Amino acid sequence: MINIDFDNIEQSQPTLYDTLASDVKFLNTPHFELPPNANPGDFLRETFDHPSAPKALEFAHGTTTLAFVYGGGIIVSVDSKSTQGPYVASRSVKKVIEITPTLLGTMAGGAADCSFWERELGRRCRLYELRNKELISVAAASKILANIVYSYKGYGLSMGTMITGWDKTGPQLYYVDNDGTRLHGQRFSCGSGSTYAYGVLDTGFKWDMNDEEAYELGRRAVYHATHRDAYSGGAINVYHVQKDGWKKISSDDCFKLYQKYYNIVPINKPAN
Amino acid sequence: METLKLSALPEKDKQQPISHGRFEAYVDNGGTVLAVAGKDYCVIAGDTRMSDGGYGIQTRKYTKIFQLTKKCVLATSGMQADTIALQKRLKSMLESFEKEHGKPMSTPAIAQFLSNTLYYKRFFPYYTFNLVAGVDEQGEGWIWTYDAVGSHERVKYSSQGSGNQLVIPLLDNQVAKFNQQIVEGNKDVSCEQVVSFVKDSITSAGERDIYTGDFADIVVVDKNGVHWEKFELKLD
Repeated sequence: MINIDFDNIEQSQPTLYDTLASDVKFLNTPHFELPPNANPGDFLRETFDHPSAPKALEFAHGTTTLAFVYGGGIIVSVDSKSTQGPYVASRSVKKVIEITPTLLGTMAGGAADCSFWERELGRRCRLYELRNKELISVAAASKILANIVYSYKGYGLSMGTMITGWDKTGPQLYYVDNDGTRLHGQRFSCGSGSTYAYGVLDTGFKWDMNDEEAYELGRRAVYHATHRDAYSGGAINVYHVQKDGWKKISSDDCFKLYQKYYNIVPINKPAN
Repeated sequence: METLKLSALPEKDKQQPISHGRFEAYVDNGGTVLAVAGKDYCVIAGDTRMSDGGYGIQTRKYTKIFQLTKKCVLATSGMQADTIALQKRLKSMLESFEKEHGKPMSTPAIAQFLSNTLYYKRFFPYYTFNLVAGVDEQGEGWIWTYDAVGSHERVKYSSQGSGNQLVIPLLDNQVAKFNQQIVEGNKDVSCEQVVSFVKDSITSAGERDIYTGDFADIVVVDKNGVHWEKFELKLD
């Protein structure tokens, strides 16, 4: 005969406290949360691709950015319009991200993706500096970012960015985007206005420009992109990467530039 | 004996695919929030209507403004459940920060912190549109405006929610003095003037947006703390 001691059976039922505690377990622990479906990158499209779904979430997007290497360093020039669909969310966005005092990044694609991951890149670069007692190279910094975005491939990140800086090997320019592409180059442009910007940039580029000419080329290239691309506009910010770090050169409203560039001959004057 | 005739069994209709209940992650409960920052204060307004995502009104007394610290409030429109979850998380994290550091988190730090909190839900976002309004360490009033996944910008005025597109041109014109042919008067307006202007703005949004109405919370944040006021909007 088996005697069962009913009083000493271990309680496997969770108590009320346990269920409450598990509800708030991760409340004050920062962590990435994933959607309840198979493919995180498809979640938002699937959710809003339905007649009874609420208004789709529109993320702020960036647009025309460019950077080029010339004799005097690197010029980074960007517009400052942020759009959510056709709605202009802001005309005063800082699309040049100051990663460290020597490194610059640019923002095109999802604004939150760019600013979050380039901030994280700044943290890692600073840690590298503290551990190794020297500044990180632009090649290494851009590779950190490329590795991060590559590890999130298929999750729906959207970013096209140029990482620039001046390290032991001189002025360096890298292009990194959300599918993990990482390119070293002399001239890059990114965003919906990039084709227009490339046109002006490649036409006007000379290696031996002086600084003023280079600033003007960067500014003009983005200006003409803002003129033809409705998703670009606002003010144009120009940065110069020099040997001892970057410097902000100018911030001009597009409409002021329009008046400056076109006040000599009225644009609607008939040609005769 | 009569034989029992059995009729043929009715043929089953062609098997239809079983329609499962769809997982609906989001509902937009609507509402408008707006904020204007002055030299040493902030004025925040948010209506208190909560719609069911369609034409129905679920409650007329759902406040969209949440106090984070003595110097800072969070105004959120969008989905109510996500808003509550976000507020709960922020409250919990701000409490642990205060216990660890012996002082409340500064307003600019909260602004960055909210951005990170929203970004941690990048792949399954909160359906919320946020404004953080408060005074910084120097006592100056500022607004931070966000998208759903944490892209943010520090500004002097902003609005979010269903009436956003109605109020923002008004704020552009009257606060930033954009596109005015004649700009008159000084730019330093008093807190009372801003409160009165903000009331007009949210009333106007209520006139033309079905998701905005009932009541408005008018909140003033300055060096004396957070001051709440109830303001009536149309109930129709």
